[in-house]
Amino acid sequence: MKAGVVVFPGSNCDHDCYHVLKHVLGVDTVFLWHKDTDLQGVDLVVLPGGFSYGDYLRCGAIAKFSPIVSEIVDFANNGGRVLGICNGFQVLTETGLLPGALMRNRDLKFICKYVNLRVDNSDTPFSRMYAAGEVVGIPVAHMDGNYFIDPEGLAKLEDNNQIVFRYCDENGECIPGTNPNGSLNNIAGIINENGNVLGMMPHPERSAEGVMETRDGYFLFESIIKAIGGAA
Amino acid sequence: MKVKVFVKLKSGVLDPQGQTILSSIGRMGYDFASEVRVGKFFEIEVKDKSCEKELEKIAGDLLANPIIEEYSIEFAE
Repeated sequence: MKAGVVVFPGSNCDHDCYHVLKHVLGVDTVFLWHKDTDLQGVDLVVLPGGFSYGDYLRCGAIAKFSPIVSEIVDFANNGGRVLGICNGFQVLTETGLLPGALMRNRDLKFICKYVNLRVDNSDTPFSRMYAAGEVVGIPVAHMDGNYFIDPEGLAKLEDNNQIVFRYCDENGECIPGTNPNGSLNNIAGIINENGNVLGMMPHPERSAEGVMETRDGYFLFESIIKAIGGAA
Repeated sequence: MKVKVFVKLKSGVLDPQGQTILSSIGRMGYDFASEVRVGKFFEIEVKDKSCEKELEKIAGDLLANPIIEEYSIEFAE
């Protein structure tokens, strides 16, 4: 398997994703420059966190029109696996590959901390190494992670089991106080209907090896590798 | 000529910035304001009105995110 990590001007988690894929999981990994139109035969595209194009206009709004992103839209529409983390999630909603939008955090503050997530759907290529209902600790770091969608869209996400990760307490309860940013239904990560595009605000690449506070993010990357069928 | 594009959050979408500004207005001692909605304003220089259709596309695809925002376009004489 081969993975590509997109680099926009302003991306700042690109090297972290590259490091985890290549050095922690041993996947053949390349960087994909935003002006390129060649996906270099990758099986997985990672849209990393950061501030693509300075977050000008809206987070992810300018990235939507970059040359590499139109290739990624075609790739995704043909079943290619795409993982968007943080700013990458924002890019995915802006392009329409994922429904909804990510708005300014409820309390108008940048949030950078470990959060508990409940894995609500472990039957996806991105979460199969987790148990359903498992609680994992993965850090968030964002200003605009407040997930919004209209009531019909939200009902559809719930009915289709497209909500993969939800903010919760250490027991997996999504009670008030566990929602850091105001996201509807404590949504932290969703998958598209076809099950090949996942977006999430938390950063699994920041908790994927033993030196970090948790290693819970490792299993997300391992899930993808198992799904694609490469060496882990 | 100038085109003015206004973008604001749809009604029904929470606007925490607007709420914070509203409470600041209250702290200034004024009690007549009941709601504040924050938006964006774009001024675009164009030759004439022939680009009206394209501007709709620019506003809907780029300047505003129709999932959470609505826009209006005004040609200034």
